[in-house]
Amino acid sequence: MTDKHKKSKKEIIITGFGGQGIIMAGRILGRSAALGDRKESVFTQSYGPESRGGACNAQVVISEEPIRYPYVRHPDILICMSQTGYEKFIMQMTNETILLIDQDLVHLTLNKCDSFSIPATRMAEELGRKMMANIIMLGFCTTITKVVSIDAALDSVADSVPKGTEETNIRAFKKGFDYGLAILKGRDRKAVGKTGAV
Amino acid sequence: MKPAVNTGEYFITGDVACAEGALAAGCRFFGGYPITPATEIAEHLSLRLPKVGGTFIQMEDEIAAIAAVLGASWGGVKSMTATSGPGFSLMMENIGLGICTETPCVVVNVQRAGPSTGLPTQGAQGDMMQARWGSHGHYEIIVLAPFSPQELFYQTITAFNLSEIYRLPVLIMTDEMVGHMSEKVIIPDAKKIMTVSRCKPKGRKNRFKLYEPGPNMVAPMPAAGEGYNMHVTGLTHDTRGYPIMTVETQKQMMDRLIGKIRGNLNDIIQTESYCLDDAEIAVVSYGISARTSFAAVDEARKKGIKAGLLRLITIWPFPEDKIRELANRVKGFVTVEINLGQIHLEVQRSIGGKVPAFLVGDAGGAVIPPDRVLEVLEEAF
Repeated sequence: MTDKHKKSKKEIIITGFGGQGIIMAGRILGRSAALGDRKESVFTQSYGPESRGGACNAQVVISEEPIRYPYVRHPDILICMSQTGYEKFIMQMTNETILLIDQDLVHLTLNKCDSFSIPATRMAEELGRKMMANIIMLGFCTTITKVVSIDAALDSVADSVPKGTEETNIRAFKKGFDYGLAILKGRDRKAVGKTGAV
Repeated sequence: MKPAVNTGEYFITGDVACAEGALAAGCRFFGGYPITPATEIAEHLSLRLPKVGGTFIQMEDEIAAIAAVLGASWGGVKSMTATSGPGFSLMMENIGLGICTETPCVVVNVQRAGPSTGLPTQGAQGDMMQARWGSHGHYEIIVLAPFSPQELFYQTITAFNLSEIYRLPVLIMTDEMVGHMSEKVIIPDAKKIMTVSRCKPKGRKNRFKLYEPGPNMVAPMPAAGEGYNMHVTGLTHDTRGYPIMTVETQKQMMDRLIGKIRGNLNDIIQTESYCLDDAEIAVVSYGISARTSFAAVDEARKKGIKAGLLRLITIWPFPEDKIRELANRVKGFVTVEINLGQIHLEVQRSIGGKVPAFLVGDAGGAVIPPDRVLEVLEEAF
Protein backbone atom coordinates (compact mmCIF):
# COMPACT_ATOMS: atom_id res chain seq x y z
CA MET A 1 0.00 0.00 0.00
CA THR A 2 1.30 3.42 -0.90
CA ASP A 3 1.00 6.58 1.15
CA LYS A 4 -2.10 7.57 -0.73
CA HIS A 5 -3.86 4.47 0.45
CA LYS A 6 -2.95 5.32 4.02
CA LYS A 7 -4.23 8.89 3.87
CA SER A 8 -7.17 9.56 6.11
CA LYS A 9 -9.55 10.65 3.35
CA LYS A 10 -11.03 7.96 1.11
CA GLU A 11 -13.07 8.66 -2.00
CA ILE A 12 -15.23 5.83 -3.28
CA ILE A 13 -17.41 5.39 -6.35
CA ILE A 14 -19.83 2.48 -6.72
CA THR A 15 -21.32 2.14 -10.16
CA GLY A 16 -23.68 -0.20 -11.98
CA PHE A 17 -27.23 -0.34 -13.27
CA GLY A 18 -30.28 1.04 -11.50
CA GLY A 19 -31.90 -1.84 -9.63
CA GLN A 20 -28.63 -3.53 -8.61
CA GLY A 21 -28.69 -1.81 -5.23
CA ILE A 22 -25.83 0.55 -6.05
CA ILE A 23 -27.40 3.44 -4.14
CA MET A 24 -28.21 1.17 -1.20
CA ALA A 25 -24.59 -0.04 -1.13
CA GLY A 26 -23.34 3.56 -1.08
CA ARG A 27 -25.69 4.51 1.70
CA ILE A 28 -24.66 1.48 3.80
CA LEU A 29 -20.99 2.30 3.31
CA GLY A 30 -21.45 5.96 4.25
CA ARG A 31 -23.55 5.03 7.23
CA SER A 32 -21.02 2.44 8.45
CA ALA A 33 -18.28 5.08 8.45
CA ALA A 34 -20.39 7.83 10.05
CA LEU A 35 -22.30 5.94 12.72
CA GLY A 36 -20.24 2.75 13.19
CA ASP A 37 -16.67 3.94 12.81
CA ARG A 38 -17.55 7.46 14.01
CA LYS A 39 -15.78 9.18 11.15
CA GLU A 40 -17.09 11.86 8.84
CA SER A 41 -18.73 10.66 5.66
CA VAL A 42 -20.81 12.03 2.83
CA PHE A 43 -22.90 9.98 0.48
CA THR A 44 -24.19 11.42 -2.79
CA GLN A 45 -26.00 9.55 -5.49
CA SER A 46 -27.09 9.85 -9.06
CA TYR A 47 -30.65 11.03 -8.81
CA GLY A 48 -33.07 10.83 -11.68
CA PRO A 49 -34.23 8.31 -14.27
CA GLU A 50 -30.81 6.60 -14.31
CA SER A 51 -31.30 5.33 -10.76
CA ARG A 52 -34.30 3.40 -12.08
CA GLY A 53 -32.57 1.42 -14.80
CA GLY A 54 -29.76 3.30 -16.52
CA ALA A 55 -26.15 3.62 -15.47
CA CYS A 56 -26.11 4.91 -11.93
CA ASN A 57 -23.51 5.63 -9.33
CA ALA A 58 -23.07 6.30 -5.65
CA GLN A 59 -20.24 8.42 -4.29
CA VAL A 60 -18.95 8.18 -0.75
CA VAL A 61 -16.24 10.28 0.86
CA ILE A 62 -14.94 9.09 4.23
CA SER A 63 -12.54 11.09 6.37
CA GLU A 64 -11.29 11.65 9.90
CA GLU A 65 -11.75 15.40 9.31
CA PRO A 66 -14.85 17.39 8.36
CA ILE A 67 -15.49 16.95 4.65
CA ARG A 68 -15.78 20.19 2.71
CA TYR A 69 -16.19 19.18 -0.91
CA PRO A 70 -18.52 16.16 -0.92
CA TYR A 71 -17.83 14.76 -4.39
CA VAL A 72 -15.27 12.31 -5.69
CA ARG A 73 -12.67 13.63 -8.08
CA HIS A 74 -10.27 10.68 -8.28
CA PRO A 75 -11.57 7.55 -6.57
CA ASP A 76 -9.33 5.72 -4.14
CA ILE A 77 -11.77 2.85 -4.53
CA LEU A 78 -13.88 2.18 -7.62
CA ILE A 79 -16.49 -0.58 -7.45
CA CYS A 80 -17.95 -1.54 -10.82
CA MET A 81 -20.99 -3.76 -11.29
CA SER A 82 -21.56 -2.97 -14.95
CA GLN A 83 -19.46 -2.44 -18.05
CA THR A 84 -21.05 0.96 -18.73
CA GLY A 85 -20.23 2.11 -15.22
CA TYR A 86 -16.66 0.90 -15.58
CA GLU A 87 -16.23 2.70 -18.87
CA LYS A 88 -17.75 5.87 -17.52
CA PHE A 89 -15.31 6.17 -14.64
CA ILE A 90 -12.21 4.65 -16.19
CA MET A 91 -10.77 8.10 -16.89
CA GLN A 92 -11.12 9.20 -13.26
CA MET A 93 -9.04 6.28 -12.01
CA THR A 94 -5.44 6.85 -11.01
CA ASN A 95 -2.59 4.37 -10.62
CA GLU A 96 -3.45 4.28 -6.94
CA THR A 97 -7.12 3.40 -7.37
CA ILE A 98 -8.22 0.04 -6.02
CA LEU A 99 -10.67 -1.41 -8.54
CA LEU A 100 -13.27 -3.97 -7.47
CA ILE A 101 -15.39 -5.60 -10.16
CA ASP A 102 -18.09 -8.16 -10.60
CA GLN A 103 -16.04 -10.39 -12.90
CA ASP A 104 -19.05 -11.71 -14.83
CA LEU A 105 -20.32 -8.22 -15.61
CA VAL A 106 -17.18 -6.20 -16.21
CA HIS A 107 -14.48 -6.89 -18.74
CA LEU A 108 -11.31 -4.95 -17.94
CA THR A 109 -9.94 -2.98 -20.85
CA LEU A 110 -7.21 -1.09 -19.06
CA ASN A 111 -4.81 -2.48 -16.47
CA LYS A 112 -3.75 0.72 -14.89
CA CYS A 113 -4.40 -0.08 -11.27
CA ASP A 114 -4.74 -2.80 -8.70
CA SER A 115 -7.93 -4.77 -9.40
CA PHE A 116 -9.85 -7.43 -7.51
CA SER A 117 -12.62 -9.58 -9.00
CA ILE A 118 -15.54 -11.40 -7.50
CA PRO A 119 -18.50 -13.14 -9.15
CA ALA A 120 -20.86 -11.25 -6.83
CA THR A 121 -24.02 -11.62 -8.88
CA ARG A 122 -23.44 -15.33 -9.50
CA MET A 123 -22.82 -15.86 -5.78
CA ALA A 124 -26.02 -13.98 -4.98
CA GLU A 125 -27.94 -16.18 -7.40
CA GLU A 126 -26.53 -19.23 -5.64
CA LEU A 127 -27.82 -17.78 -2.37
CA GLY A 128 -31.22 -17.54 -4.05
CA ARG A 129 -31.43 -13.74 -4.28
CA LYS A 130 -29.76 -11.95 -7.16
CA MET A 131 -30.61 -8.69 -5.41
CA MET A 132 -27.99 -9.33 -2.75
CA ALA A 133 -25.04 -8.96 -5.14
CA ASN A 134 -24.53 -5.46 -3.77
CA ILE A 135 -24.22 -6.74 -0.21
CA ILE A 136 -21.77 -9.46 -1.30
CA MET A 137 -19.75 -6.73 -3.02
CA LEU A 138 -19.81 -4.66 0.18
CA GLY A 139 -18.44 -7.61 2.15
CA PHE A 140 -15.74 -8.04 -0.50
CA CYS A 141 -14.92 -4.32 -0.36
CA THR A 142 -14.69 -4.43 3.42
CA THR A 143 -11.99 -7.13 3.38
CA ILE A 144 -10.01 -5.85 0.43
CA THR A 145 -9.98 -2.12 1.24
CA LYS A 146 -10.70 -2.02 5.00
CA VAL A 147 -12.37 1.32 4.30
CA VAL A 148 -14.90 0.55 7.03
CA SER A 149 -14.68 -1.88 9.95
CA ILE A 150 -16.50 -5.20 9.66
CA ASP A 151 -18.61 -4.50 12.77
CA ALA A 152 -19.72 -1.13 11.46
CA ALA A 153 -20.56 -2.63 8.07
CA LEU A 154 -22.53 -5.53 9.58
CA ASP A 155 -24.56 -3.18 11.82
CA SER A 156 -25.24 -0.90 8.91
CA VAL A 157 -26.33 -3.78 6.65
CA ALA A 158 -28.71 -5.08 9.30
CA ASP A 159 -30.21 -1.63 9.84
CA SER A 160 -30.55 -0.78 6.17
CA VAL A 161 -32.04 -3.85 4.48
CA PRO A 162 -35.78 -4.61 4.53
CA LYS A 163 -37.05 -6.09 7.78
CA GLY A 164 -37.02 -9.86 7.77
CA THR A 165 -34.09 -10.10 5.34
CA GLU A 166 -31.37 -9.18 7.83
CA GLU A 167 -30.04 -12.71 8.29
CA THR A 168 -29.79 -13.58 4.63
CA ASN A 169 -28.13 -10.26 3.89
CA ILE A 170 -25.59 -10.76 6.64
CA ARG A 171 -24.90 -14.21 5.21
CA ALA A 172 -24.38 -12.59 1.82
CA PHE A 173 -22.05 -9.97 3.33
CA LYS A 174 -19.96 -12.67 5.00
CA LYS A 175 -19.74 -14.62 1.74
CA GLY A 176 -18.25 -11.59 0.03
CA PHE A 177 -16.01 -10.93 3.01
CA ASP A 178 -14.64 -14.48 3.05
CA TYR A 179 -14.09 -14.47 -0.70
CA GLY A 180 -12.00 -11.33 -0.19
CA LEU A 181 -10.02 -12.99 2.60
CA ALA A 182 -9.21 -15.93 0.35
CA ILE A 183 -8.02 -13.65 -2.42
CA LEU A 184 -5.80 -11.65 -0.05
CA LYS A 185 -4.35 -14.87 1.33
CA GLY A 186 -3.57 -16.05 -2.20
CA ARG A 187 -1.84 -12.75 -2.94
CA ASP A 188 0.23 -12.94 0.24
CA ARG A 189 1.43 -16.40 -0.67
CA LYS A 190 2.34 -15.28 -4.15
CA ALA A 191 4.20 -12.34 -2.66
CA VAL A 192 6.42 -14.64 -0.61
CA GLY A 193 6.99 -16.88 -3.57
CA LYS A 194 4.65 -19.71 -2.65
CA THR A 195 2.51 -21.29 -5.34
CA GLY A 196 -0.88 -22.85 -4.91
CA ALA A 197 0.67 -26.29 -4.33
CA VAL A 198 1.71 -26.57 -0.70
CA MET B 1 -43.32 6.05 19.06
CA LYS B 2 -40.65 8.57 18.15
CA PRO B 3 -40.82 11.90 19.98
CA ALA B 4 -40.99 15.23 18.10
CA VAL B 5 -37.34 15.85 18.95
CA ASN B 6 -35.89 12.59 17.74
CA THR B 7 -32.63 12.77 19.72
CA GLY B 8 -29.82 10.63 18.32
CA GLU B 9 -27.22 10.26 15.60
CA TYR B 10 -28.40 9.62 12.08
CA PHE B 11 -27.08 9.23 8.58
CA ILE B 12 -29.79 11.08 6.67
CA THR B 13 -30.36 13.39 3.72
CA GLY B 14 -30.65 17.16 3.97
CA ASP B 15 -34.35 16.94 3.16
CA VAL B 16 -35.01 14.55 6.06
CA ALA B 17 -32.81 16.65 8.37
CA CYS B 18 -34.89 19.70 7.41
CA ALA B 19 -38.11 17.85 8.27
CA GLU B 20 -36.67 16.76 11.63
CA GLY B 21 -35.51 20.33 12.28
CA ALA B 22 -39.04 21.56 11.67
CA LEU B 23 -40.45 19.04 14.17
CA ALA B 24 -37.80 20.01 16.72
CA ALA B 25 -38.70 23.67 16.22
CA GLY B 26 -42.30 22.91 17.08
CA CYS B 27 -43.80 22.81 13.58
CA ARG B 28 -47.12 21.00 13.73
CA PHE B 29 -48.60 21.79 10.32
CA PHE B 30 -47.34 21.07 6.84
CA GLY B 31 -49.35 21.96 3.77
CA GLY B 32 -47.64 21.15 0.52
CA TYR B 33 -47.59 19.67 -2.91
CA PRO B 34 -44.90 17.17 -3.90
CA ILE B 35 -42.15 18.34 -6.23
CA THR B 36 -38.65 17.06 -6.99
CA PRO B 37 -36.27 17.58 -5.20
CA ALA B 38 -38.27 18.71 -2.15
CA THR B 39 -40.69 15.77 -2.00
CA GLU B 40 -38.74 13.93 0.70
CA ILE B 41 -39.45 16.74 3.17
CA ALA B 42 -43.19 16.29 2.64
CA GLU B 43 -42.84 12.50 2.61
CA HIS B 44 -41.01 12.44 5.92
CA LEU B 45 -43.40 14.88 7.58
CA SER B 46 -46.41 12.97 6.29
CA LEU B 47 -45.17 10.01 8.34
CA ARG B 48 -43.97 11.94 11.38
CA LEU B 49 -46.43 14.81 11.91
CA PRO B 50 -49.58 12.76 12.64
CA LYS B 51 -47.65 10.84 15.31
CA VAL B 52 -46.65 13.96 17.24
CA GLY B 53 -50.07 15.59 17.23
CA GLY B 54 -49.52 17.54 14.01
CA THR B 55 -51.36 17.81 10.73
CA PHE B 56 -50.12 17.04 7.25
CA ILE B 57 -52.17 18.03 4.23
CA GLN B 58 -51.31 17.44 0.61
CA MET B 59 -53.02 20.39 -1.04
CA GLU B 60 -54.23 20.61 -4.63
CA ASP B 61 -51.32 22.85 -5.66
CA GLU B 62 -48.69 25.19 -4.27
CA ILE B 63 -51.00 28.24 -4.20
CA ALA B 64 -53.31 26.36 -1.88
CA ALA B 65 -50.33 24.97 0.05
CA ILE B 66 -49.00 28.36 1.12
CA ALA B 67 -52.56 29.59 1.78
CA ALA B 68 -53.11 26.64 4.13
CA VAL B 69 -49.80 27.36 5.84
CA LEU B 70 -50.77 31.00 6.49
CA GLY B 71 -54.19 29.91 7.76
CA ALA B 72 -52.66 27.33 10.10
CA SER B 73 -50.34 29.99 11.49
CA TRP B 74 -53.31 32.25 12.31
CA GLY B 75 -54.82 29.20 13.96
CA GLY B 76 -51.88 29.39 16.38
CA VAL B 77 -49.75 26.57 14.97
CA LYS B 78 -46.18 26.75 13.69
CA SER B 79 -46.47 25.85 10.04
CA MET B 80 -44.37 25.26 6.96
CA THR B 81 -44.27 24.15 3.37
CA ALA B 82 -41.50 22.89 1.10
CA THR B 83 -41.21 23.16 -2.65
CA SER B 84 -38.89 23.79 -5.59
CA GLY B 85 -38.72 26.39 -8.38
CA PRO B 86 -42.07 25.97 -10.16
CA GLY B 87 -43.95 25.64 -6.86
CA PHE B 88 -42.00 28.54 -5.39
CA SER B 89 -43.18 30.71 -8.30
CA LEU B 90 -46.78 29.76 -7.57
CA MET B 91 -46.36 30.65 -3.90
CA MET B 92 -45.10 34.15 -4.54
CA GLU B 93 -48.39 36.05 -4.24
CA ASN B 94 -49.27 34.47 -0.91
CA ILE B 95 -45.75 34.87 0.46
CA GLY B 96 -46.51 38.59 -0.01
CA LEU B 97 -49.77 38.08 1.86
CA GLY B 98 -47.76 36.50 4.67
CA ILE B 99 -45.45 39.51 4.75
CA CYS B 100 -48.29 42.05 4.69
CA THR B 101 -50.35 40.23 7.33
CA GLU B 102 -47.18 39.50 9.38
CA THR B 103 -47.77 35.78 9.49
CA PRO B 104 -44.99 33.57 10.90
CA CYS B 105 -44.23 30.50 8.75
CA VAL B 106 -41.36 28.77 6.99
CA VAL B 107 -41.07 28.10 3.26
CA VAL B 108 -38.33 25.76 2.07
CA ASN B 109 -37.13 25.89 -1.53
CA VAL B 110 -34.91 22.96 -2.50
CA GLN B 111 -33.63 24.61 -5.65
CA ARG B 112 -33.37 22.91 -9.00
CA ALA B 113 -32.29 24.37 -12.33
CA GLY B 114 -34.81 26.65 -14.04
CA PRO B 115 -36.33 28.66 -15.58
CA SER B 116 -39.69 26.89 -15.86
CA THR B 117 -39.59 23.09 -15.46
CA GLY B 118 -35.85 23.19 -16.14
CA LEU B 119 -33.86 20.24 -14.84
CA PRO B 120 -36.15 18.71 -12.20
CA THR B 121 -33.60 16.30 -10.75
CA GLN B 122 -30.57 18.57 -10.94
CA GLY B 123 -29.71 21.35 -8.56
CA ALA B 124 -29.02 25.05 -8.94
CA GLN B 125 -29.07 28.27 -6.95
CA GLY B 126 -31.05 30.31 -9.42
CA ASP B 127 -33.94 31.46 -7.20
CA MET B 128 -31.95 33.70 -4.88
CA MET B 129 -33.25 36.97 -6.31
CA GLN B 130 -36.76 35.57 -6.57
CA ALA B 131 -36.52 34.88 -2.84
CA ARG B 132 -35.71 38.54 -2.35
CA TRP B 133 -38.12 40.22 -4.76
CA GLY B 134 -40.45 37.52 -6.12
CA SER B 135 -43.62 38.88 -4.56
CA HIS B 136 -44.84 42.28 -5.65
CA GLY B 137 -44.32 45.47 -3.71
CA HIS B 138 -41.39 46.55 -1.58
CA TYR B 139 -40.64 44.45 1.48
CA GLU B 140 -37.96 42.93 3.65
CA ILE B 141 -37.57 39.18 3.95
CA ILE B 142 -35.36 36.73 5.82
CA VAL B 143 -33.65 34.06 3.74
CA LEU B 144 -31.26 31.34 4.96
CA ALA B 145 -29.01 29.08 2.85
CA PRO B 146 -27.58 26.08 4.77
CA PHE B 147 -24.69 24.06 3.33
CA SER B 148 -25.07 20.61 4.94
CA PRO B 149 -27.75 18.29 6.27
CA GLN B 150 -26.67 19.08 9.86
CA GLU B 151 -26.95 22.79 9.19
CA LEU B 152 -30.31 22.30 7.48
CA PHE B 153 -31.52 20.75 10.74
CA TYR B 154 -30.36 23.72 12.83
CA GLN B 155 -31.22 26.45 10.35
CA THR B 156 -34.75 25.12 10.01
CA ILE B 157 -35.09 25.67 13.76
CA THR B 158 -33.56 29.14 13.35
CA ALA B 159 -35.97 29.88 10.50
CA PHE B 160 -38.94 29.05 12.72
CA ASN B 161 -37.52 31.12 15.58
CA LEU B 162 -36.93 34.14 13.36
CA SER B 163 -40.37 33.83 11.80
CA GLU B 164 -41.96 33.72 15.26
CA ILE B 165 -39.90 36.66 16.56
CA TYR B 166 -40.33 38.94 13.54
CA ARG B 167 -43.68 37.66 12.32
CA LEU B 168 -43.01 36.97 8.68
CA PRO B 169 -42.46 34.05 6.30
CA VAL B 170 -38.81 32.97 6.53
CA LEU B 171 -37.41 31.25 3.47
CA ILE B 172 -34.86 28.44 3.49
CA MET B 173 -33.12 28.38 0.12
CA THR B 174 -31.28 25.11 -0.05
CA ASP B 175 -30.45 23.16 -3.20
CA GLU B 176 -30.89 19.68 -4.64
CA MET B 177 -27.32 18.77 -3.74
CA VAL B 178 -27.63 19.55 -0.03
CA GLY B 179 -31.22 18.26 0.02
CA HIS B 180 -30.24 14.87 -1.34
CA MET B 181 -26.82 14.27 0.17
CA SER B 182 -26.55 12.07 3.24
CA GLU B 183 -24.33 12.96 6.16
CA LYS B 184 -24.15 12.43 9.87
CA VAL B 185 -26.81 14.51 11.60
CA ILE B 186 -26.83 14.81 15.36
CA ILE B 187 -30.17 15.70 16.91
CA PRO B 188 -29.52 16.92 20.46
CA ASP B 189 -31.69 16.55 23.54
CA ALA B 190 -34.92 18.53 23.36
CA LYS B 191 -33.83 20.68 26.29
CA LYS B 192 -30.72 21.78 24.41
CA ILE B 193 -32.73 23.12 21.49
CA MET B 194 -33.81 26.73 21.84
CA THR B 195 -37.20 27.36 20.35
CA VAL B 196 -39.09 30.62 20.32
CA SER B 197 -42.83 31.09 20.02
CA ARG B 198 -44.66 34.23 18.94
CA CYS B 199 -45.36 36.78 21.64
CA LYS B 200 -49.00 36.52 22.74
CA PRO B 201 -51.11 39.57 23.61
CA LYS B 202 -52.11 40.46 27.15
CA GLY B 203 -54.74 42.81 28.46
CA ARG B 204 -58.32 43.55 27.45
CA LYS B 205 -59.36 41.67 24.38
CA ASN B 206 -61.72 44.31 23.02
CA ARG B 207 -59.06 47.04 23.25
CA PHE B 208 -56.51 44.90 21.44
CA LYS B 209 -54.84 46.24 18.30
CA LEU B 210 -53.55 43.52 16.03
CA TYR B 211 -50.59 45.48 14.63
CA GLU B 212 -49.57 47.72 17.52
CA PRO B 213 -45.81 47.10 17.67
CA GLY B 214 -44.10 46.00 20.88
CA PRO B 215 -40.57 46.90 22.00
CA ASN B 216 -38.81 45.01 19.16
CA MET B 217 -41.07 46.70 16.57
CA VAL B 218 -43.22 43.55 16.31
CA ALA B 219 -46.80 43.23 17.50
CA PRO B 220 -47.93 40.34 19.73
CA MET B 221 -50.05 37.84 17.80
CA PRO B 222 -53.21 36.13 19.03
CA ALA B 223 -54.67 33.03 17.39
CA ALA B 224 -58.06 33.09 15.72
CA GLY B 225 -60.75 32.18 18.22
CA GLU B 226 -58.97 33.43 21.32
CA GLY B 227 -61.38 36.36 21.54
CA TYR B 228 -59.14 39.23 20.51
CA ASN B 229 -60.21 41.78 17.92
CA MET B 230 -58.92 40.39 14.69
CA HIS B 231 -59.07 41.55 11.12
CA VAL B 232 -56.43 40.10 8.83
CA THR B 233 -56.12 41.52 5.34
CA GLY B 234 -53.64 41.96 2.53
CA LEU B 235 -55.05 45.44 1.94
CA THR B 236 -53.10 48.31 3.44
CA HIS B 237 -54.19 48.35 7.08
CA ASP B 238 -53.74 50.40 10.24
CA THR B 239 -52.62 49.09 13.64
CA ARG B 240 -56.12 47.68 14.23
CA GLY B 241 -55.78 45.63 11.05
CA TYR B 242 -58.56 47.56 9.32
CA PRO B 243 -58.12 48.48 5.66
CA ILE B 244 -57.40 52.20 5.28
CA MET B 245 -56.67 53.26 1.73
CA THR B 246 -54.48 56.28 2.39
CA VAL B 247 -50.93 57.23 1.61
CA GLU B 248 -50.27 57.85 5.32
CA THR B 249 -51.44 54.41 6.40
CA GLN B 250 -49.41 52.81 3.61
CA LYS B 251 -46.33 54.61 4.92
CA GLN B 252 -46.99 53.62 8.53
CA MET B 253 -47.52 49.98 7.58
CA MET B 254 -44.45 49.87 5.36
CA ASP B 255 -42.29 51.54 8.02
CA ARG B 256 -43.31 48.75 10.35
CA LEU B 257 -42.76 45.89 7.85
CA ILE B 258 -39.37 47.22 6.79
CA GLY B 259 -38.27 48.59 10.15
CA LYS B 260 -38.65 45.38 12.13
CA ILE B 261 -36.06 43.73 9.86
CA ARG B 262 -33.70 46.65 9.17
CA GLY B 263 -33.73 47.57 12.84
CA ASN B 264 -32.61 44.11 13.94
CA LEU B 265 -29.92 43.19 11.42
CA ASN B 266 -27.38 42.15 14.06
CA ASP B 267 -29.83 39.72 15.55
CA ILE B 268 -30.77 38.26 12.16
CA ILE B 269 -27.62 38.04 10.05
CA GLN B 270 -25.35 34.99 10.33
CA THR B 271 -22.13 34.43 8.38
CA GLU B 272 -19.11 32.16 8.75
CA SER B 273 -15.58 33.45 8.15
CA TYR B 274 -12.89 31.01 7.05
CA CYS B 275 -9.24 32.07 6.68
CA LEU B 276 -10.31 35.71 6.28
CA ASP B 277 -8.03 37.29 8.90
CA ASP B 278 -5.05 37.67 6.59
CA ALA B 279 -6.91 37.12 3.31
CA GLU B 280 -6.08 39.13 0.20
CA ILE B 281 -8.91 37.64 -1.81
CA ALA B 282 -12.36 37.05 -0.33
CA VAL B 283 -14.50 34.29 -1.79
CA VAL B 284 -18.20 34.78 -1.08
CA SER B 285 -20.49 31.78 -1.34
CA TYR B 286 -23.41 29.88 0.19
CA GLY B 287 -25.19 26.51 0.09
CA ILE B 288 -23.50 23.73 -1.86
CA SER B 289 -21.23 26.25 -3.63
CA ALA B 290 -19.71 27.15 -0.25
CA ARG B 291 -18.43 23.58 -0.04
CA THR B 292 -16.76 24.01 -3.43
CA SER B 293 -15.32 27.28 -2.12
CA PHE B 294 -13.90 25.77 1.07
CA ALA B 295 -11.97 23.26 -1.06
CA ALA B 296 -10.79 25.99 -3.45
CA VAL B 297 -9.58 28.19 -0.57
CA ASP B 298 -7.69 25.25 0.97
CA GLU B 299 -6.00 24.48 -2.36
CA ALA B 300 -5.21 28.15 -2.99
CA ARG B 301 -3.60 28.43 0.46
CA LYS B 302 -1.42 25.41 -0.36
CA LYS B 303 -0.20 27.33 -3.40
CA GLY B 304 0.57 30.40 -1.31
CA ILE B 305 -2.48 32.40 -2.41
CA LYS B 306 -4.00 34.21 0.55
CA ALA B 307 -7.65 33.43 -0.06
CA GLY B 308 -10.43 33.31 2.52
CA LEU B 309 -14.12 32.54 2.48
CA LEU B 310 -17.10 34.49 3.68
CA ARG B 311 -19.88 31.93 3.84
CA LEU B 312 -23.31 33.50 3.84
CA ILE B 313 -25.79 31.66 6.01
CA THR B 314 -28.24 34.53 5.90
CA ILE B 315 -28.67 35.74 2.32
CA TRP B 316 -31.38 38.33 2.95
CA PRO B 317 -31.13 40.79 4.61
CA PHE B 318 -27.82 40.88 2.74
CA PRO B 319 -24.73 41.04 4.99
CA GLU B 320 -23.50 44.15 3.19
CA ASP B 321 -21.68 45.65 6.19
CA LYS B 322 -19.53 42.54 6.34
CA ILE B 323 -18.68 42.81 2.61
CA ARG B 324 -18.00 46.54 2.94
CA GLU B 325 -15.62 45.93 5.84
CA LEU B 326 -13.80 43.26 3.83
CA ALA B 327 -13.60 45.55 0.79
CA ASN B 328 -11.37 47.86 2.84
CA ARG B 329 -8.71 45.19 3.29
CA VAL B 330 -8.78 42.69 0.40
CA LYS B 331 -7.60 43.00 -3.21
CA GLY B 332 -10.77 41.58 -4.64
CA PHE B 333 -13.79 39.29 -4.38
CA VAL B 334 -14.91 36.09 -6.07
CA THR B 335 -18.54 35.04 -5.75
CA VAL B 336 -19.29 31.36 -6.32
CA GLU B 337 -22.89 30.40 -7.01
CA ILE B 338 -24.84 28.12 -9.37
CA ASN B 339 -26.52 30.88 -11.35
CA LEU B 340 -25.18 33.49 -13.73
CA GLY B 341 -24.73 36.26 -11.20
CA GLN B 342 -27.34 37.06 -8.56
CA ILE B 343 -25.61 37.38 -5.19
CA HIS B 344 -22.57 38.48 -7.23
CA LEU B 345 -24.50 41.67 -8.06
CA GLU B 346 -25.14 42.29 -4.36
CA VAL B 347 -21.46 41.74 -3.60
CA GLN B 348 -20.54 44.24 -6.32
CA ARG B 349 -23.06 46.74 -4.98
CA SER B 350 -21.73 46.40 -1.44
CA ILE B 351 -18.11 46.81 -2.55
CA GLY B 352 -19.04 50.06 -4.26
CA GLY B 353 -16.28 49.80 -6.87
CA LYS B 354 -13.44 49.77 -4.30
CA VAL B 355 -11.92 46.50 -5.56
CA PRO B 356 -12.69 44.15 -8.46
CA ALA B 357 -15.26 41.36 -8.11
CA PHE B 358 -15.46 38.23 -10.22
CA LEU B 359 -18.15 35.63 -10.62
CA VAL B 360 -17.66 31.88 -10.85
CA GLY B 361 -21.14 30.92 -11.90
CA ASP B 362 -22.96 28.33 -13.93
CA ALA B 363 -26.29 27.87 -15.67
CA GLY B 364 -27.25 25.09 -13.24
CA GLY B 365 -27.56 21.32 -13.15
CA ALA B 366 -24.20 20.54 -11.60
CA VAL B 367 -21.92 21.52 -8.77
CA ILE B 368 -19.12 23.92 -9.63
CA PRO B 369 -15.82 22.05 -9.22
CA PRO B 370 -13.17 23.66 -6.95
CA ASP B 371 -10.69 23.82 -9.86
CA ARG B 372 -12.76 26.49 -11.58
CA VAL B 373 -12.64 28.70 -8.50
CA LEU B 374 -8.93 28.00 -8.07
CA GLU B 375 -8.26 29.10 -11.66
CA VAL B 376 -9.84 32.48 -10.97
CA LEU B 377 -7.99 32.82 -7.68
CA GLU B 378 -4.72 32.11 -9.49
CA GLU B 379 -5.25 34.24 -12.55
CA ALA B 380 -7.52 37.13 -11.74
CA PHE B 381 -5.45 38.81 -9.08
